[in-house]
Amino acid sequence: MRLVLPNPGLDLRIPRHEDLERMEKQEAADRPKWDNKAQYILTCVGFCIGLGNVWRFPYLCQSHGGGAFLIPYLILLVLEGMPLLLLEIAIGQRLRKGSVGVWRAISPYLTGVGIGSMLVSFMVALYYNTLIAWIMWYFFNSFQDPLPWTNCPLNENRTGFIPECQQSSTVDYYFYRVTLNASNSIADSGGLQWPIIICLLAAWTVVCICCIRGISTSGKAVYITAILPYIVLAIFLIRGLTLKGALSGIKFLFTPDVEELMNPTTWLDAGAQVFYAFGLAWGGLISFSSYNPVHNNCVQDSVILSVVTGLTSVYAATVTYSIIGFRATEKYDTCINENIRTLLNGFELPEDSITASNYNAALHHLNSSNPDTVFGLDIKTCDMQKLLSEGVEGTGLAFIVFTEAITKMPGSPAWSVLFFIMLLCLGLSTLFGNIEGVVVPLKDFNLFPQKWPHEILTGATCFVSFIICLLFAQPSGIYWLTLFDNFAGSVPLLTIGLFEMIAVVYIYGIDRFNEDIKFMVGRKPSIFWQITWRFISPLIVLVILVFYLVTQAQKQLNYLVWDINSETFPALTSIPYPSWIYAVIFLLAGVPSLVVPMYALCRLIFVCYKKKMSEKN
Amino acid sequence: MLGPLPELLQHCAILLFVFWEKCWKRSCSCSVCHFLWQKGSVNQYPWNKNEMFLFRAALAFAMRDFTNGEEFGVSDIHPCNETQRVSFWFVVTRPKTMDLVDKGTVEMAIKKSRNRINGAFLLTDKTLEFDGIYPTLAAPVSPDTPPWLIVFGVVMGAVSVGIIALLVYPLVQRKLKKNMDADDEDSDEETGVKTAENGANDGIYNSTFSDDERFTQM
Repeated sequence: MRLVLPNPGLDLRIPRHEDLERMEKQEAADRPKWDNKAQYILTCVGFCIGLGNVWRFPYLCQSHGGGAFLIPYLILLVLEGMPLLLLEIAIGQRLRKGSVGVWRAISPYLTGVGIGSMLVSFMVALYYNTLIAWIMWYFFNSFQDPLPWTNCPLNENRTGFIPECQQSSTVDYYFYRVTLNASNSIADSGGLQWPIIICLLAAWTVVCICCIRGISTSGKAVYITAILPYIVLAIFLIRGLTLKGALSGIKFLFTPDVEELMNPTTWLDAGAQVFYAFGLAWGGLISFSSYNPVHNNCVQDSVILSVVTGLTSVYAATVTYSIIGFRATEKYDTCINENIRTLLNGFELPEDSITASNYNAALHHLNSSNPDTVFGLDIKTCDMQKLLSEGVEGTGLAFIVFTEAITKMPGSPAWSVLFFIMLLCLGLSTLFGNIEGVVVPLKDFNLFPQKWPHEILTGATCFVSFIICLLFAQPSGIYWLTLFDNFAGSVPLLTIGLFEMIAVVYIYGIDRFNEDIKFMVGRKPSIFWQITWRFISPLIVLVILVFYLVTQAQKQLNYLVWDINSETFPALTSIPYPSWIYAVIFLLAGVPSLVVPMYALCRLIFVCYKKKMSEKN
Repeated sequence: MLGPLPELLQHCAILLFVFWEKCWKRSCSCSVCHFLWQKGSVNQYPWNKNEMFLFRAALAFAMRDFTNGEEFGVSDIHPCNETQRVSFWFVVTRPKTMDLVDKGTVEMAIKKSRNRINGAFLLTDKTLEFDGIYPTLAAPVSPDTPPWLIVFGVVMGAVSVGIIALLVYPLVQRKLKKNMDADDEDSDEETGVKTAENGANDGIYNSTFSDDERFTQM
């Protein structure tokens, strides 16, 4: 007995298998298609592998028990990521429409799912492209020697550096002051930063031109944007492994702490990361798959995609932590040398009497003989573990930790250019999927006249997005971006993913879906897929969603600011959000999630009302 | 050496030099000069009396240069309290009268000839320090056109060329096709009319008519 909700008129809305065969033979020109299979795979790989693989996965891996984190990550990849991936790919290939078209064909009441996907894609595209703009700014500034973030600017009488730079570090100052001109809180928004505006313009025009004809242009661009990151990662891996201290970073990353597996947050974070890593519920994958030939082997594709994504995450994490290990070792050596110098000066000892190897013994000896002197010298403790774990999540990794490590490598401008080109490619290839997930539903909605070519629609979308992105060009832009990152890309995706699974399994009908896959691929999906689609994956997503909402509702919402006047400077200060931010959070997270039931409800009311009117007549 | 050290410390107008700026035990009225050897540097040399002589000569030169000719000699620079760290205090006295030169004058003299003194020892501002005299740092070189603007211009130029090419290309193609069609029509009229039998099998299935059957619903 299969549970399927009644869905009248489904056969009338979707093409039959015979129609699909016929459309395939005719090669109808109204729908674009891929030049070859490689283009499709590269586009999907590029869409899935994004900035998050470089700067979110390594942080999660290291903070949740190192090598042990791979266990929940891989388990949930197989149980949650792969089934949902195959579901989206197969439904797109079968119904041959973008995200709104697919859900509307399954049931007109489900159009809300498509609208939600479109809204999420749009909001994520906004802040993602701002990250691209910042990366472009650093990329543009990498073509000089020495790199501009190696030195602090001088103060007025040229005897020292600006105090803000002196107290924090050159890379911090360059990021927060020179690039962003960060204000003290999210409410402080004075003016616009024109370097950011220029870079936003560059970012949106590059995206526009790559997506202007849909997949016929973006499909060519992915040859570069999807392959180049792997090459650059390989170069960095070889360079990183030859640097001093790289192995300590890799060891730190992969040292397993099996006790972390008992911690439920580890499993929650692993599940959430798998979800975001695959680009699920954004609508882009459905759209891309709809351009495939009907008999494309989607089961094989989903397995390949999952394996590639998992392996790339581990690969990127290794490279990242080899560079982090190098930076931490450099800082540790500098710290030890400074302490040695302080001791030598304080006790008037000859040079070379204390070296790095006998530092601990010498410090102990001096401390036992003259403890007051040593206390007065204010020796800093050099902690390698602390250095390895500082500042390694999100934008802090790319713009602060990595840029600092690059300044210490010989030939820094070249490494800087390579690094930021890699980040650009990673971000752009994800954005192609985002833009696809926004433009194609707009087309499906028939909001614009049909005779408007695709180019104008893409151009208009990019222009409107650029205007809205000026929000992030303010001094408080980084705080807005973090807000978007935390709320627009979390709860809505989980909700929409859950609705998608319920829609396909229980409203479209799992039997019909199995038949479709048998028609397209030649074999009915195995028992693994059946169990995961029907029970395991929806359950996992539901559990993650509930736990996430519960933990978020309990804690007070704080955010980190760069405040010169605070006590914890140069570390970021944590202050609470202003109260009006809750309205914004509702707009970001609540609206896309709630549009699914709201649309269904409105349509139900509308249909009932129409029926009553026609009955009266 | 002039007299007992404590008296000297009270009256001397010398600059105290400590590598990391704090002088926690001594009074800051005397100057201590630190020579610091960098590890691994090529110019490592041991500290001895000859080096001290060189220092005194360099400082005498600095005083002469600053005071425009007052004939300071090596004997007017008096180091005291040397330590193994290679740090010491020194006082400067006037050439003939043996009066102590005040701190400010000596400071300014050293500031003026700083790089000469550094050069005499093949050291830099970082490896040779006088306490209380902060070296004026060199301003970073900034080119006239910021390099990032150049790269930005290149990228935007390439993108604009791409956009224009993408928009112009289909127009050009359409024009070429029109010319080719005009040529084809000319050649058709010459060869004759195509019969219906030849062209009948190449029809395209028009889905709008057949699919409507499923949608007719009252």
